[in-house]
Amino acid sequence: MSDPFLTDILPMLAGGAAPHPGALGFAFESLDGDRVRIRVPYRDDLVGDPDTGVLAGGLVTALLDHVGGLAVWLALGSYKPIATLDLRVDYMRAAEPGRALLAEARCYRLTRSVAFVRAWAFETSPDDPVAAAQAAYMVDSDGGRGAGANLKRASGAAS
Amino acid sequence: MSEARSPETLLDRLPYARFLGLKTVMEDDVLTVVMPFADRLIGNPMLPALHGGATAAMVEMTAIAQVALSYPRLRLPRPINVTVSYLRSGKPLDVFARARIAKAGRRVAHVTVEAWQEDQANPIAALTAHFLLSDDD
Repeated sequence: MSDPFLTDILPMLAGGAAPHPGALGFAFESLDGDRVRIRVPYRDDLVGDPDTGVLAGGLVTALLDHVGGLAVWLALGSYKPIATLDLRVDYMRAAEPGRALLAEARCYRLTRSVAFVRAWAFETSPDDPVAAAQAAYMVDSDGGRGAGANLKRASGAAS
Repeated sequence: MSEARSPETLLDRLPYARFLGLKTVMEDDVLTVVMPFADRLIGNPMLPALHGGATAAMVEMTAIAQVALSYPRLRLPRPINVTVSYLRSGKPLDVFARARIAKAGRRVAHVTVEAWQEDQANPIAALTAHFLLSDDD
C-alpha cells in the first residue's frame, strides 16, 4: 500500500487537516479494503450529558459525517470537493463514559454525482453500535465551477 | 421549573454545547440558538466553510433545548434519531436556529429545526428529529 493518497493524505484528512476535526481530536485509525476507521478520544468538553458523562449525540453525528466523507474519498481514490447532502443517524445506545469512540464507514455506491455511505460508531465493534448512519454526499460539489462557487456568487463575484 | 432547568441555562450546562459556543436567546416565548462564528468550526479551510458536523450538532442542540423547554419534566431530552439536510454551504458567519415540535405523542416527539445565517428565508440546514419523551430504558 504505497499510494501516498492512502498512506499520507487520507490520514491527514481524518484529523488535523481542518480546524473542526482537529479541535475535536479526530484521528485516523485504519483502512481495510473499502472501509475506513477514525477515532475520537474521550474528552470532558465533548460530553452531552453532564450527569452521566456520556458523549454528546452531536459529537457522534460529527464523527459519522466526517468518517463518511473519508469513505467517499477512499472510493474516489483521490481528493475532490464533496459536500454532505443529507445524513441520518440512529442513536442505539449511550456511548460508554471515559472510552474513545471509533467510527467506520463504507461507500457502498458511487455514481458520477452522488456517493452513498453507511457508517457506524462504537467502542469495540461495529456489531455493537452506539449509532448508525446513512448518508449521501455530492461529489465534485463545486460542479466544475471552482470550490465554493455558491459562496463567491453570494459575495458578488462573477459566476 | 428550577433555575438550572430553564432554557437559557440548559445549553450552558452541556459541555459540548459550550465547546460549540452556543448561546440561547428567548424572545416572545420563541427560542433561538446562536452559534457565533469561530475558526475551530471550519471544516473546509479552502472555501472556507463550516464543518457539517458542527452545523448538525448545533441544530440537534437546538432541538434538545426546545424539547427541554416544552417538557420540563424530562431530565434531558434524548434523540432517537436525527436527519440533517444540508441546503447551503455554511459561511464563516454566525448561525441561528429555531425548532418546532411538529407532533408530540405520548412517547415520541417529532421536531424540525431550520438553521440560517444572513437570511432566515435561505436556510443552510434542516433537521428532522425524533425524541423519546420518557426517562425510562
